[in-house]
Amino acid sequence: MSERSERIMSTATRVTPPDEGGLVKRELHAEWTKLRTAPGTGWVLLAIVALTVAVSGAAGTTVSCTQAGCGHDLTKLSLFGVQLGQAVVAVLAVLTISGEYGSGMIRTTLTAMPRRVTVLAAKAGILTGLTLATGIIAVLASLLAGRLILPGHGFTRAHGYPPLSLADEPTLRAAVGSVLYLALIALLSLGIATAVRDAAAAIGTVLGLLYLLPVIVSLTPDPHWQRHLWQISPVNAGLAIQATTDLPSLPLGPWPGLGVLAAWTAAALVSGGLALRLRDA
Amino acid sequence: MTTGTTTPYRSRRPTGRAGFPHLLRAEWTKFRTVRGWVLAMTAAAVVIVSLGLIFATGSHSSCSIGTVEVACPKPPTGPGGELVDDRFYFVHQSLAGDGGITVRLTSMTGIITYPPPNHDKIVSGLVPWAKTGVIVKDGTRQGSAYAAMMVTADHGVRMQYDYTHDTAGRPGRVSAASPRWLRLNRSGDTLTGYESADGTQWTQVGTTHLPRLPATVQIGLFVASPSDLTVEQSALGGSVGQARYTQATAVFDHVGLRGTTPGGQWSRDDIGADGQTDWQRYHRPSGVRESGGAYTVTGSGDIAPLTDGPPIERTLIGMLAGLIVMIVVAVMFMTAEYRRGLIHTTLIASPRRGRVLAAKAVVIGLVAFVAGVAATAITVPSGTRILRRGGAFPFPVSSLTELRVIVGTAALLAVAAVLALALGALFRRSVAAIITAIVVIVVPYVLAFASVLPDDVTRWLLRLTPAAGFAIQQSVPEYKQVIGNYAPSAGYYPLAPWAGFAVLCAYAALALGLAAHRLRRRDA
Repeated sequence: MSERSERIMSTATRVTPPDEGGLVKRELHAEWTKLRTAPGTGWVLLAIVALTVAVSGAAGTTVSCTQAGCGHDLTKLSLFGVQLGQAVVAVLAVLTISGEYGSGMIRTTLTAMPRRVTVLAAKAGILTGLTLATGIIAVLASLLAGRLILPGHGFTRAHGYPPLSLADEPTLRAAVGSVLYLALIALLSLGIATAVRDAAAAIGTVLGLLYLLPVIVSLTPDPHWQRHLWQISPVNAGLAIQATTDLPSLPLGPWPGLGVLAAWTAAALVSGGLALRLRDA
Repeated sequence: MTTGTTTPYRSRRPTGRAGFPHLLRAEWTKFRTVRGWVLAMTAAAVVIVSLGLIFATGSHSSCSIGTVEVACPKPPTGPGGELVDDRFYFVHQSLAGDGGITVRLTSMTGIITYPPPNHDKIVSGLVPWAKTGVIVKDGTRQGSAYAAMMVTADHGVRMQYDYTHDTAGRPGRVSAASPRWLRLNRSGDTLTGYESADGTQWTQVGTTHLPRLPATVQIGLFVASPSDLTVEQSALGGSVGQARYTQATAVFDHVGLRGTTPGGQWSRDDIGADGQTDWQRYHRPSGVRESGGAYTVTGSGDIAPLTDGPPIERTLIGMLAGLIVMIVVAVMFMTAEYRRGLIHTTLIASPRRGRVLAAKAVVIGLVAFVAGVAATAITVPSGTRILRRGGAFPFPVSSLTELRVIVGTAALLAVAAVLALALGALFRRSVAAIITAIVVIVVPYVLAFASVLPDDVTRWLLRLTPAAGFAIQQSVPEYKQVIGNYAPSAGYYPLAPWAGFAVLCAYAALALGLAAHRLRRRDA
């Protein structure tokens, strides 16, 4: 993943002749420059990392374990900040497209690069690279925070909790999956924002999708319906990737769960792409 | 642009009150002429109603007799109209007119079936609110009025009456070495409870008036032992309570009745018993044994308000969706001025910037309140009716409480909209303002309802963040004499309804103040 973002960065520094129009490079270069030079981008990226790590660390300090078998999923707990970090990821994604509609820049963009779907693909590529890079830092730092904090709260080997480690297969899967989860959330938000255009409406829609469905799921009284709603909710199903204990009780396994989110993302990107292509900018 | 605040212009305007209605009208016109905002506010109300009604229609509860599914029986209703739990073993006689009962309790023991951690054994022990003692009750019908003097497992001597009332006496457990004497006297409609350690020195624990008590009542001994409850995190978010059968046994002696007891014989009733557990069938049934003036009474159940079943505010499940829409509209109502440059015109037309902000806040607050109250006034009553028809019995609440839930939720939406507007004025950017508003108002609530965070943490979230305002929706009080899952995820807030609402209001006021300050100081 980091390889990919490095490649993107190296593309950015290379001067591309304008007649090389057959490649996506030109669009990538343009989008990277736009995002790189926008005033807020650096702060938003910093906020993703800071919020994710801070909330994960804070969640770690809230639990304690006084005897063996406390029943906590430490990996999931250590990655808890992802649930707030995703909101900032959504902001980054929405700003990459809605910012252009807000300022009227989109007309310039589409005049210079008339292949609209390619523009969206370039935006998606840059966004994915940035989110993956930021996500890796945020997730690794969160796990490190958990590894440092949790033993002080009784989660020791003696109580059946070895320190968090990426050598542990479920933890590695949760870590990789959380990074992918953030990237999928970014793309989902990009798709929605492309379809909705207005920044405020887009961020409202995305956050509604991210935070409303889990509440509706948990308040649904009928267990049968509850499981079904859980299975189609992008956040509930997607975050199954973080679970490392009691997997059989989940309505979906970790990877199929992330697949549900991927399906949402694909649907959002396709509708965003269609809207961009068919609609007057 | 700062020249907008110069005095010559202001001097020509009508001063004082005449200006503000004008401003309000200007802001109202701005709001109502943007079709998207009006539509969004309407949509927010429609979402609240439709999600609520869908939720209510989809909620069914069914009970089974053997393998046949039947409609659940309605739980008994107490004298105050509340749903109650009224199951206990009752050894009683009729008492005509005034009189009383005195007993000595020498032992209280019990069993708990299959408790954690392994859920594989029946252990001896008592749940904290296992209760036994003397009671005066209006017949043996479930839900009838009563007053009782009792000893509990972990909460000492109590006097309780009519399900929701509870007065504490001396703490401590009962044992052969430390017996408890209990006395309950009826005189007209006054009932007075006393306790004593030795049967000679009596202390009054409490007294009450039960005007609805008939002339002839049932008086006697009772034993109840509520279910053992543990709460576990649910894999699907939130927490799930698990209840387990328990049973208590008490030994009474020195039983003395005072007054006219027409039958003169003890009757026995297992009030509200529905079937027997294996434990009762094969080990120890509920009942009473007498030997040498000592009565050993065994029973299960509870005499208390019922705390499971959906509260009426559950029908407002769509409120969060409506809230997010309203936050977006409120923020845009402010930031659109900056985006379109309209703010310059606005501030030139009315240079007193604080008042512009105030007018905007009043308009958006009123719009959100009206849309909210229209939605909640439909959703709560009709949702409650649908729930009741579906067999899920929502807690009956007084009309004042229902009004508080309906109007309070609308007020919550209004204040949240004002807070969002203030954030919009502070940040001047819609995305930053919306995300901040949602993170401080909606996210703590979401974390409280659907996350892995422990209850203690979510309690603090609901005390300190603007999400404390959701407390205004809580319609069912927390009864300390009933073991329950009083967690935020079960709908119990750490702050009282109005206190929580005040926290939200304080945040809105703070944000408005900061926004007004910034609007005045900074170039638009």
